[in-house]
Formats: sequence, structure tokens, C-alpha cells
Amino acid sequence: MSDRLDVRKTYKLLINGAFPRSESGRSYEVTAAKGEFLANVAQGSRKDIRDAVTAARSAQAKWWNATAYNRGQVIYRLAEMAESRRDELAEHVALSEGVNARTSQKTVSASIDRMVWYAGWTDKIAQVLGGTNPVAGPFFNFSIPVPSGVVGVICVQESSLVGFVDAVLAPICVGNTVVALASETRPTPAVLLGEMTSSSDFPSGVLNIVTGITSELAPVLAAHEDVDGLDVSGLAPEVADEMAALAAGSIKRVYRPHQKELESSLRRLRAFVETSTVWHTIGQ
Amino acid sequence: MSDRQLANSQLGSLEYDPAPESAAIAKLKPSYGLFIDGKFSEAEGGAQFATVNPANEEQLSMVAQADAVDVDRAVSSARRAYDKVWSKTTGAQRSKYLFRIARLIQERSRELAVVETLDNGKPIRESRDVDIPLAAAHFFYYAGWADKLDHAGFGVNPKPLGVAGQIIPWNFPLLMAAWKLAPALAAGNTCVLKPAETTPLSALVLAEIVEQAELPPGVVNIITGDGSTGAALVDHNDVDKIAFTGSTEVGRMIQQRTAASHKHLTLELGGKGANIVFDDAPIDEMIEGIIDGIFFNQGHVCCAGSRLLVQESVADEVLRRLVRRVEQLRVGDPLDKNTDVGAINSAAQLLRIRELTDFGVSEGATRYTSSCELPQKGYWFAPTVFADVSQSHRIAREEIFGPVLSVLTFRTPEEAVAKANNTNYGLACGVWSEKGSRTLWVAERLRAGVIWANTYNRFDPTSPFGGMRESGFGREGGRHGLEAYLNV
Repeated sequence: MSDRLDVRKTYKLLINGAFPRSESGRSYEVTAAKGEFLANVAQGSRKDIRDAVTAARSAQAKWWNATAYNRGQVIYRLAEMAESRRDELAEHVALSEGVNARTSQKTVSASIDRMVWYAGWTDKIAQVLGGTNPVAGPFFNFSIPVPSGVVGVICVQESSLVGFVDAVLAPICVGNTVVALASETRPTPAVLLGEMTSSSDFPSGVLNIVTGITSELAPVLAAHEDVDGLDVSGLAPEVADEMAALAAGSIKRVYRPHQKELESSLRRLRAFVETSTVWHTIGQ
Repeated sequence: MSDRQLANSQLGSLEYDPAPESAAIAKLKPSYGLFIDGKFSEAEGGAQFATVNPANEEQLSMVAQADAVDVDRAVSSARRAYDKVWSKTTGAQRSKYLFRIARLIQERSRELAVVETLDNGKPIRESRDVDIPLAAAHFFYYAGWADKLDHAGFGVNPKPLGVAGQIIPWNFPLLMAAWKLAPALAAGNTCVLKPAETTPLSALVLAEIVEQAELPPGVVNIITGDGSTGAALVDHNDVDKIAFTGSTEVGRMIQQRTAASHKHLTLELGGKGANIVFDDAPIDEMIEGIIDGIFFNQGHVCCAGSRLLVQESVADEVLRRLVRRVEQLRVGDPLDKNTDVGAINSAAQLLRIRELTDFGVSEGATRYTSSCELPQKGYWFAPTVFADVSQSHRIAREEIFGPVLSVLTFRTPEEAVAKANNTNYGLACGVWSEKGSRTLWVAERLRAGVIWANTYNRFDPTSPFGGMRESGFGREGGRHGLEAYLNV
């Protein structure tokens, strides 16, 4: 065994393409599933959430105005990065979720396959959810799905990687930008994936990740007036109810998962798109 | 010569003789009960209230005031009908019931148009040519979906939600009832519909039509009442779905109240639509489009083009022609077939319009109001245009829901988009330009659920309608409208 001391990583936030410690300077201790010390992870603050929302808002128009083909390439690139760093992801899944190496490798494979699935959706969703409408008059009328805007995601606590990938890539692939509150107890796989986005041509601000105490940060995200949609998957039902009520303040779209959401369901993709319908006159 | 004098000198000779539709065609009854379980019955407590003609403040009829007990009766009836009958009725049969309703609306269209105009105050030309035909068309459209749900894009055999509670506004009473009932029934739900307090009558005629169509009792229940009736429906535990059209303020409250429940929710709320006019737009059509965008239905339209954004280079000319056109609008008896602008729906709404327009003046905008003569009785507001409006003015930010247009200017397409999107609402916008590429560029950037290019205020059952942001969520119309009533 080598007596070299390993260089340990600081687990930081991802806001606007940068990796700040929390502006509050706080961190909290994250332990592996078996109880041993894993990392001191940045403990995000209300201000970090607001900064992340600002970043997501500024990035949204650019992300949506990129071609659907380009958005697909970027998400596919993330899958490539994840594949090449799969052992690192697997190690953190194993530590976080308390599963053996074999299971964690399977989890990583599943999450990468989800990324590929979403990468393929970017330039198909408009054809599936949109279309032309045969109105009774001299008009060309078409409906297209457009993103809700900025989506706040409160990630599931247990599934540290697959759950995270589904929750953030569904809104992102249809053109939203995201502020994700990572699993409080198992944040490191999400942080790793966030790092990978910076080598995947993700424009800054498209995915922002805040780690910290869910009960402290979720209400800030739920009540933020510049957030258009809220995914409350990571909350216990009573807390999700409370957050959904806060979200009503600015008429946010709220996504709550079905008991058994099918992987192939479009519900997640539909949750944060708006149908925009254009009427144009036809004439000589 | 002022514009008004100019208009009068040119058009003074064009007087129209009155051409009123007969109010007797409405065949109104002295009182109406609640339509629950296929029968009309009095409210449990016996309470009633009057519905008046806003054009002359005369009482039209008495209707029942449903309380929580009545709401419970209606919901129980809908639940029974869902469990015992409607959930076992095939799509093909539901389809045929809906086709029957569509035909019955067509058959009774003249009566319905007069009822609508009497109760709402809108011009008969609009109720006859827009509200009633579109209501029938909506039932026709969704009738055809009832047996084709497998192909609607939500997977095979999509399930209904159950009992739908539907609360509708007073601006398009029958049309909104059709928008709510038709997709809900096609998808296999049963319904409790609550029309607005000030416009209950056309929904009650629709209840008679439901009877004539021989829908199984309880599939459609129609209960009249005020806000407390709506609140009782929203709070009822056995309702699976709430669909609400109305103000953002009430919508927000409903979203909060249903947040901790199993209830599905769709909201169609307020708006402050921008109508964007570029300097190359064909001016005659554009002026008519602006007029239609704001004065259609006295401006009681959530998607009204209440903010006119006009490119600076043509602003003076557009404003001049607009003011002249406003002066020519015929305001008066809604039953007269020549009337363009009818009565404001209620005293409360008139008060709100007056309050907000007073702010327009006190905040420094320039007011042009039609010099038309207003009837002595009833609720009336002369068509009004405000120029020199800035984005911070209340008349540019708040929904007035009346015949009041605010005019702002812009220089570049970027500025037009920024100003159009500078609102918490996101329901509808208009774009006027001969340049297709620019129209599409603008449309792509507008945060609105509906965008009309070189037209305004068009509706069709095949075309999804609904808002973004604080204008609500969910769509009505088209394939998309089914999603609001399916468990998918």
C-alpha cells in the first residue's frame, strides 16, 4: 500500500458555471451510508438560491434559442463525460447509497442511459407535443411546446444519481434552466455530475446545483417569484403540500410524481412545457 | 378641425335606425332552480338572488343560491353518476351524447344568443356570431374525441379523473361552460359546473339542453351561486379536479387551497395582452384588429389586447386613426343588431374600470374617450384610449377588463418584445407586420400562450388556449385540452 496521502476534493456549489463555496461560508458534514465521514459539503444559503435563480434566468433565453439539435449534442456530451468517469460516480453512489460495487455500476449505467434518452428528446418533443390545428378560417395555426422558464427541482433524497438525472434533465432537455437542490444526505454524486457539465459545453447557468439543508432552502425556492416551475419529488408528502402552497403565490407549475412513474412516461417532460399557439393569416 | 368633428362631419349622415332583437325570444322563466341529478330543485335553504340586465338594471329572473349543502348534493350526484353510469358508458356513446348537445345548441341558438345578451350585456351581434356558434362547435369537436382517446397521445386507454368541479366567469358564459363541459365529458368525467353570479341564465338553458339530450342524471350538474358556492366546490373532498377561469387573484387562492389535496387543477386567469404594431403593418386591417382586440365584448376578455405597442415611426398616425375609429363605435342597446359595444356586466366591474381609468389620468396619461351618448340606466363606459402611457402606469400593468386601451411606443423589435414580456401575465399577444420572418421572430420570443399574427381575438375548438406564468396553466381546446381531464 502506498503511503501517499490522497488529495481530497472540496464539494462546492455550481452556480452560473462557477464552483463557489456557499457565500455564507458554511459547510455541513455528509457521511456515507455506513456512517463514516465522507465530505464537508458546502451548505448553501438563501442568497445562494437567489444567485442560482438569477443565473438560471439569464441563461434561459440562450439555452432555448440554441437549436434543438445543439441541445441534444450538449446533453449527449454529458453522457460521454459520465461514461468516461463512471468509476468515480460509481464509488460515490456506492458510498452514498450503501450498495456494493456491482449495484453501483448498474446504477451508473442506468443514469447514463437516461442521459442518452433525454439527449434524443430535444429535437422530437415539439413534434410529439405540438402540431398544426385545423381551425375553421383562413389561418395557419400551430402549437409548439415551449419551456416554462426557470425550474426549481428539489431532488429525491434516496436515489442520488438516477433520481437526480431524471429530475434535472427532463426540464433541461425541453429548454428550461434549472436550480437543483441536491439530496441533503447524498449530495456527492450530483456534485460530481455538476462538475462534468462544465466539460460538456453546458452553457453557464443552465444547470445550477445547491447543496445544503432541504428544510432551509426548499421554501426559498418554492416562494421565489422568478421561478416558473417546481418539482417537489424530494419532499415528504406533507412538506410537498406546504411547498406547493408556497408555489401558488406566483402560480408556479408544480410537479409531483405518480406513485409509480414509468421511465418512459412523458409526464416529466410535459410538466414544465407550455403550449404556445400561433395564428397567422393566410391570404394573397 | 378636431378628429371628432371630422368624424361627425363625414359620418353624421350615416345614421342607423334601431334594429333590436326581441327580448321575448329568450323565453325567460321567473325563476330557476339548481340542476342536480337530472332535475331542477330549489336550494336547500330556499335562498335565491336576482339576475339583472346590465343594460337597464331590470331584473331578468330569480336564481337559486346554492350553499355548501347544495354543493354536496351536486358532487354526490356527480360521483354516483360517475361510479354507476358514466365510467361504464363507452366512448362511442359519450360521443353521441355530446353530438346531441351540439345540435341542440344550434337548434336553440337564437334563444341562447338573446339570453346571453340580456344577462351579460354583450352585443347581440357577438353572442349570435361568436359565443353561441363557438359553444356548439366546441361540443362538436370534443364529441369526436370521446371514442378516440387511445389516439390522443397520452398512451393507450387513458383514464378520466372522476368528478370535475368547474367554475366559470361572466364574460363568455355559455362559451366557457362549453369549454369546460365538452372536454371533461368526452374524457369520461362527470361535472359540477358553477356559472358566474351575474350571468347564470345561459348555463341554465344549457341544463335544459342536457335534459333534452337525455344525458344520464348526475353526469352534468349546474349550480348557481356566488363566490361562497365556488369556494364550497373547491373545498369539497370528493371532487377530483378543479377547473377555474377567472381572475389571477382568485386563481392563486384556489391553487393554495388545493395544494395539499389530491385535486388536479387547471387555471385560466387574467392577462394584459400586448398588441404589437410594426410600421409596415397594413394600416386598415391593423386599426380594425386593434379595435377588435380591445373593444370586443366591452374589453371583458382575459386575452384582450389592452396594451398597444406601436412603433414610433407610425405612432402618431395610428393614434389619430384609432381615436377616429373609436368615435365611430356604436355604443348602446345590446339587443340592437348594429351595436358594437354593449353594457358593462355589473356595477362592481364598472366601478373597477372607473377607478383604474382615474389612475390613468392622475398618473399623467392622455385620455381620449368617445363622445358617444350613454344610456341613462344600466352600466356603461364609453370606449377609451390612453396615449402617453409608460410601463410603470397602473393602466399598463393591471388588468382593467373593460373598454380601455393603453398605448405605448417602441423603436426596435427587441424593445417591443421586452415591453410585451414586461408583465407577470402571459396569456395572449398580437403582432402586426407584413414581414413573416419578423413576425415569427417576435412570436418565438413572446411569453404568451396565444399569439395572433395580423389578427386578434380568434378562437376555435381545435386551437389550444391558455396562459403562461400568472395567466395560469393548462389548455382548453384541441388535443391539448383533453390532458386537463385525463389522469396522465
